[in-house]
Amino acid sequence: MKAAIMGKKLGMTSLFKENGVHVPCTVVEAGPCPVVQVKDMAKDGYKAVQVGFQKVEPKQAKKRLNKPIIGHFDKANTQPMKHLCEFRDLDKEFNIGEELRVEQFAKGDKVRVTGTSKGHGFQGVVKRHHFGGVGMITHGQSDRVRAPGSIGSSSYPSRVFKGLKMGGRMGGKTASVRNLEIVDVIPEQNIIMIKGSVPGPMNSLLKIVKL
Amino acid sequence: MNRMNLINAQLIEQALDTRRKKDGDNYAEIPDFRAGDTVNVAVRVVEGEKERIQNYKGIVIGRHGGGISKTFLVRKISNGVGVERIFPLYSPMIQSITVLQRGKPRRAKLYYLRGMSERKIRQKINH
Repeated sequence: MKAAIMGKKLGMTSLFKENGVHVPCTVVEAGPCPVVQVKDMAKDGYKAVQVGFQKVEPKQAKKRLNKPIIGHFDKANTQPMKHLCEFRDLDKEFNIGEELRVEQFAKGDKVRVTGTSKGHGFQGVVKRHHFGGVGMITHGQSDRVRAPGSIGSSSYPSRVFKGLKMGGRMGGKTASVRNLEIVDVIPEQNIIMIKGSVPGPMNSLLKIVKL
Repeated sequence: MNRMNLINAQLIEQALDTRRKKDGDNYAEIPDFRAGDTVNVAVRVVEGEKERIQNYKGIVIGRHGGGISKTFLVRKISNGVGVERIFPLYSPMIQSITVLQRGKPRRAKLYYLRGMSERKIRQKINH
């Protein structure tokens, strides 16, 4: 099935196709991600590779990472990394020390991109759940324009059901978008261009998996 | 952000390359022009399998955007009807942009030209 890589969202721009179509795209700096650990059926019960992303300067590694983590990287003979993540059931077999690179992807591939959505803080029901609000501005009403309305019946059930849509923290959660098209790959710069937008703010961490 | 500027510059170069490839020796650089200038934009029109050039002549009302998504808005009077068209500056569908006449407007966006007579417009942009 698949190939995968970790990346950093650099920002959005657009490009022109030969026929003049203007395509909005997100620029992602992806990899190289060295394989730090290989998990297999016999030992771990599932097949996966654990990869790192974004090198930590050797000088600062001692300050930023703890000893067990540094030891983990030493074992794989790679430089310490800021991020670690696992990808399961990749097509190609990777050995420790090999790198996942953008070359795995090609123009036209469909991918799933996972990231952490932008945090919006505490938001009302209109923004968070697309409610329509309750009342009007005029006709003697006040404070009802962005109200949630009724949250349930009275004596029965005498409680508010779990999971009822209400105001609260919005965003800052893991979000995925499937079926995004890759419009360009620049191997020399470790860059992948993905059509459309991907979750999260700039400089946030992304996981890209080929479908 | 620096990284993005670099990539944007690359993309612009890529878009221009597409034009260079299409036009070969006829490739025309994008000239320096601003609001108030009268320009002729040669646009590629695809009809079925054939491609031909269509000329669109008018006054630039304004330029918008940055990086690769820069655009400019050209207004002309066609058969008594005002027509405004937005062109992406780096679009490969543009064959060439020629400045026919320089204008000297006092602002960057000339929306006030809408609804003015041609004589008035001529006075306003100070050819």
